[in-house]
Amino acid sequence: MAFIRGFGAYLPPHVVSNDEIGPQVGCDANWIVNVSGIEERRFANGESVADMATRAAEDCLERSEVPSSKIGMILVSSGSSERQFPGPAAALACRLGLNTTPAIDIPMASAGSLFAMSLASRLAKAYGTILVVGAEKMSSVVMRQPMERGVAILFGDGAGACLIDEEKGPARIVDSVIQTDGAFREDLRLDFEKPLEMNGRSVILQASRKIPRAVETLLGRNGRKPEDVDTYLMHQANQNLIARIAQALGVAEEKFFSNIRKYGNTSSASMLIAAAEWFQTHEFKLDVPVCFASFGAGYHWGALLAEGVA
Amino acid sequence: MDDRRAQIVEILQRVTRQDVTPAADESLFDSGLLDSFALTDVVAALEQEFNLKIPDSDLNPRKFDTIARIESYLVDHS
Repeated sequence: MAFIRGFGAYLPPHVVSNDEIGPQVGCDANWIVNVSGIEERRFANGESVADMATRAAEDCLERSEVPSSKIGMILVSSGSSERQFPGPAAALACRLGLNTTPAIDIPMASAGSLFAMSLASRLAKAYGTILVVGAEKMSSVVMRQPMERGVAILFGDGAGACLIDEEKGPARIVDSVIQTDGAFREDLRLDFEKPLEMNGRSVILQASRKIPRAVETLLGRNGRKPEDVDTYLMHQANQNLIARIAQALGVAEEKFFSNIRKYGNTSSASMLIAAAEWFQTHEFKLDVPVCFASFGAGYHWGALLAEGVA
Repeated sequence: MDDRRAQIVEILQRVTRQDVTPAADESLFDSGLLDSFALTDVVAALEQEFNLKIPDSDLNPRKFDTIARIESYLVDHS
């Protein structure tokens, strides 16, 4: 069994409003809000992916009251790392004072942190406490020329972290579903030194079907129904998509925690940033389900079920 | 207009809440009639109306870009 020990996050201080970015791609602030729910996002001007990952990790460890020396493995998800290799995981491990702990990069974009949590829940038995981080500098991607309106408005920078523990935590990880459909690998991709390519219609069409299906599969095989879930902590891709997922599951949109308005789509960091923010004012209730879900380039997607413990 | 095409148009009108009758080869995306989210509603409505299950592998948006293409898909999968 594995437990969620705690969360952490880091958002760069530089706020970029819709009024600032809209004119750069020929649209106004209201249009951005209407199509995405985003009002502003953060850009990490001088910080690297590893810098943000470190800040989020330190925040997580401090909130969890766990020293870095206890970490048995590190998993870092990022699709916007500055180098092909090594990725940010090695730098993060070094900065946490760890020089033999295995640190693995998971360059999967948006679904990366969900996949990492799922894998961590299964690896905790062997590696003890596992630090999962999602860190993204999407500003370095979306500002590549030529800037495309549907892409540039969506993304922001930030990092989220989660500590998975073999022994204890406020919630146990009950189960998870992770899946991949490579038939659509061309529809959302980032080629080296190129702008991000996104077939938005395909992304929305597939995500609106695959996410609910994964959630229903996960909940069903654990004797739960969508309405049993207290809170959904989903990848913050687009508020309209979140609303569609809620509708497909037959639950109120209010059950889906959302902070996309403030931070935009931070790719693989977003789900953990949302979780960290949610956890600051909420708690896992005893035996009450909380469902994590994500979808991203690949396509990769999945859902993870946690329940509060005494 | 045959029944199938009329049903497709009715679905488009219902989903978009617009009293429109696009030409058979008119791009529903380029015309602005369908956005990404309306497309998902159209697909769901087609499944219900025509009693079929459209697999994810068939959900290439281009197959649903015009009434003619939608009709062609339905004919092939009826």
